[in-house]
Amino acid sequence: MRPFLFILSFLAMVASAFWAYRENYTTQAQLKDMAGLQDQIADLRDQIAMQKAEWAYLNRPTRLRDLAAMNFDRLGLMPMAAVQLGAASDVALPAAAPLLMTGTVQDGAGLTPVLVGAEGGQIP
Amino acid sequence: MIRTPLRPLARILDARLKGQNPDVIEKANLAARNDALRDTSRARAEKRLILLALCFFAGFSVIGARMGLVAASTPSEPRAAAGGSEISAQRADIVDRTGRILATNMLTSSLYAQTNDLVDPAQTAAALAAIFPEMKAKDLVRRFTDGRSFLWLRKVLSPEQQQKVYDIGEPGLYFGPREMRLYPNGTLAAHVLGGAAFAAEGVNSAQLIGTAGLEAALETRLSDPAQSSTPVTLSIDLTLQATVEEVLATGMATLHAKGAAAILMDVRTGEVLAIASLPDFDPNDRGAVAPVKDQGDSPLFNRAVQGVYELGSTFKIFAVAQAMDLGLVTPDTLIDTAQPFKVGGYPIREFDGHNYGPTKSVSDVIAVSSNIGAAHIGLMIGGERQKAFLTSMGLLDPPQIELIEARSAKAHFQSPWSDISTVTASYGHGIATSLLNLAAAYATIGNGGVKVTPTLLHSDTHAIGPRVITQATAKACVTMMRRVVTDGTATFADVPGYQVAGKTGTADKAKTVGRGYQKGHVVNTFASVFPASDPQYVLVVTLDDPVETAGPKPLNTAGYTAVPVAAEIIRRIGPLVGLRPLLDETSLLQVNAPPKQPLAQE
Repeated sequence: MRPFLFILSFLAMVASAFWAYRENYTTQAQLKDMAGLQDQIADLRDQIAMQKAEWAYLNRPTRLRDLAAMNFDRLGLMPMAAVQLGAASDVALPAAAPLLMTGTVQDGAGLTPVLVGAEGGQIP
Repeated sequence: MIRTPLRPLARILDARLKGQNPDVIEKANLAARNDALRDTSRARAEKRLILLALCFFAGFSVIGARMGLVAASTPSEPRAAAGGSEISAQRADIVDRTGRILATNMLTSSLYAQTNDLVDPAQTAAALAAIFPEMKAKDLVRRFTDGRSFLWLRKVLSPEQQQKVYDIGEPGLYFGPREMRLYPNGTLAAHVLGGAAFAAEGVNSAQLIGTAGLEAALETRLSDPAQSSTPVTLSIDLTLQATVEEVLATGMATLHAKGAAAILMDVRTGEVLAIASLPDFDPNDRGAVAPVKDQGDSPLFNRAVQGVYELGSTFKIFAVAQAMDLGLVTPDTLIDTAQPFKVGGYPIREFDGHNYGPTKSVSDVIAVSSNIGAAHIGLMIGGERQKAFLTSMGLLDPPQIELIEARSAKAHFQSPWSDISTVTASYGHGIATSLLNLAAAYATIGNGGVKVTPTLLHSDTHAIGPRVITQATAKACVTMMRRVVTDGTATFADVPGYQVAGKTGTADKAKTVGRGYQKGHVVNTFASVFPASDPQYVLVVTLDDPVETAGPKPLNTAGYTAVPVAAEIIRRIGPLVGLRPLLDETSLLQVNAPPKQPLAQE
């Protein structure tokens, strides 16, 4: 029994040593990978900052103003003025036109033509 | 193990035969047995001690070796740490209230030379001089060869320049990474941003510090590594700022003014939406500004905050507000405006030799801007109360705002406060203060009498200031200022839809050296709140030495200079700030549809 246990524990030790060896190398590989990724992130952050700066530079009000002035006629632009602004409630909705039914109605014999409003209510 | 008996029978019998004591044998045997036991125990203990010592030795060796390794190896960043919380040495960005970038950082390179590594100093110097116009080949050769081993060539390089330097192929030229402060909008809001420069410089990095304006005032916040990824949000709105600067520049050019300034402020919060001072500069290249003799005329000088000017009749509303608050007058009280009028031997005159008759109501005194009327109101109040009131409005202190220049903008006034000070202060002479203070004081009136403190930082919450004047007085003041625009000195400011209320001010310029005033040189100011029915914004416009030459006679009163400029600003920004225009029927009829044109000819 005893020698068997000895051999078993020895084998377990070899196995765990092998496992630890492999873990060590995978960890190191992962760390290296992560360092690379972090460098990449830092690089991308720099690039984003650069793009943002460039975006801000291209959208600077003086440039946009010049562009608007250049294309003023072509785009049919108009200077903004107070009179152009209003509340949504001020906008008139198109009036509901009454529907005129003409001709005879087949089913209801003896009925005279009637005006039916848009909402369906009858107008005598 | 065979146990040795203590009383071996053979020896006992033998001893008995010889008549000896057998107990002696037993004792001797016992002693021998104990000796043997002791020896084995000692040996075992010795072994254990050695083992333990070995363990300790191994342990300490490992620790010692590790310490030696840590001490001897070069430090490296722990790369395994989770990268969530971002800590960087960058300076925080500055953005406007809608998040558009006003100041950011850009990665560039600096250029330096290690002269020991230089292969051909003369040729390198010639090549560098060809790339950089500010370098001279002769100087460079001298500096390369005078014995120093290290020398800075450029603080920042553009990528194109860097490529050209690479192309020289000189091993003695090195690049160091540099974070550069970039203001993408150029001169826009230049005085707010100020500028930044390198402080401590090393080969691998350099420290950026603010040199003026907000960059200097908020240095600790901007350079805090823990907050570097959160931008500082200003109350400035880029669109409004651009509009105000554009209109102001046009006005300044048309009216031949030396300088101009404008402040647009939110009445409720004191947030400054736009603040401009002209002439301005490019904060990207602050050093390029040529020095001028008079500091007050330098483009670097912030006229809106740093400059203290006599602001003239815009101060009359403060005298009236206080007198009404004290119950001395109502808008309809008649005030003596008869001429001649002397205080302490000094004659008080109306502007341009006007005469407004024997009496005017308080409302008319404001509308026509009568100096004598304001002087009488000032005398009713008395000097002590007047000074206290102007202090409570913040007019006699340096402006409170997040700009480094504000701290030095001390108000000028006569000390001690005499009767003549009281009289002149009621119409804004003999007292010089910052334009920002005036804007804040008008905001206080527009805010129903609750003090407004200006700020450049956008925030959702703002502290409510103390009440300075009653709500009724504030409302009456706005109504009176509305009359100035409808039928007083500022009729040009009647922008349809925005119910502008304001007060003009024309003050002679004080001499920069010595006492007295410069003849024919004026500072024109128009301070306004709008819309009058529910004040939302304050706009203050000032022009330094303008003259209106369109008419037959050159005019330099505020009504013809600062007022039209302010009106144009309000006309332009009204729709931008989202104010609902308050229009009557007739103006609505003027709506004309945009011309129908084909978009593009594809």
